[in-house]
Amino acid sequence: MSQTLIKKKFKAHTFQLKQLRDWVRESAGKAGLADDRIEQVVIGVNEACMNIIEHAYHKTSGDIIFEVIQEPGKIIFQLTDFAEAVDSSCIKSRELDDIRPGGLGVHFIHEVMDKVEYLSGKDGKGNTIKMIITLT
Amino acid sequence: MECSTRQEGKFMIVTLAGEVDLHYSPEARKQILAQLNNNYHVLVDLSGVEYIDSSGIASLVEGFQLARSKQLEFGLVGVSEAARQVLELARLDKVFQIKPTIAEFIDH
Repeated sequence: MSQTLIKKKFKAHTFQLKQLRDWVRESAGKAGLADDRIEQVVIGVNEACMNIIEHAYHKTSGDIIFEVIQEPGKIIFQLTDFAEAVDSSCIKSRELDDIRPGGLGVHFIHEVMDKVEYLSGKDGKGNTIKMIITLT
Repeated sequence: MECSTRQEGKFMIVTLAGEVDLHYSPEARKQILAQLNNNYHVLVDLSGVEYIDSSGIASLVEGFQLARSKQLEFGLVGVSEAARQVLELARLDKVFQIKPTIAEFIDH
């Protein structure tokens, strides 16, 4: 049985990031994650949202839906946008030894989450990133 | 985010505090690069940073690279636990010069 812990729709703008981080802390706390794990999840969801603002909407206007779903043995932190579908094979981190600004967000997401899935909308519109934490 | 600058000896200290995210990191980047472009050695004080994302880290990397190209010193001071966690995730904690206090850079 799955339970939605939080569902919020917000504008794809950088001033919303602080609010998003607060929602993540609130819902991850509700799901019973430890404080240090919560801060890791905050990093992952924040980076995923930054990528939507910068690379899906290209800093133009749009909506994002944030959901946290608790399922047996896992918690799913999910962001959905309504921009052009992104080819998930192009979503890559830079090599960490290649010291240069940028390109770290995807690395952060994969580092702090147990599993990450990318889904595209059926008609070439919209993207969903599911960031999954496994409960042990 | 709060961002301020002051001079101590040969260093310009750029102090970042609060939440350095994509909304505010352009201001942090501007301050750091401006001091380096004025040929100051730069220390970035991160002791008051409660959150920093990859865009904030990118500003520090850009400062590090500009300092190196201009043969200026660049270091991080009093790195908070929140900032250290993200620097470690980026494997940059061994790349930057990091010291607990400004005095340790000045006395070096």
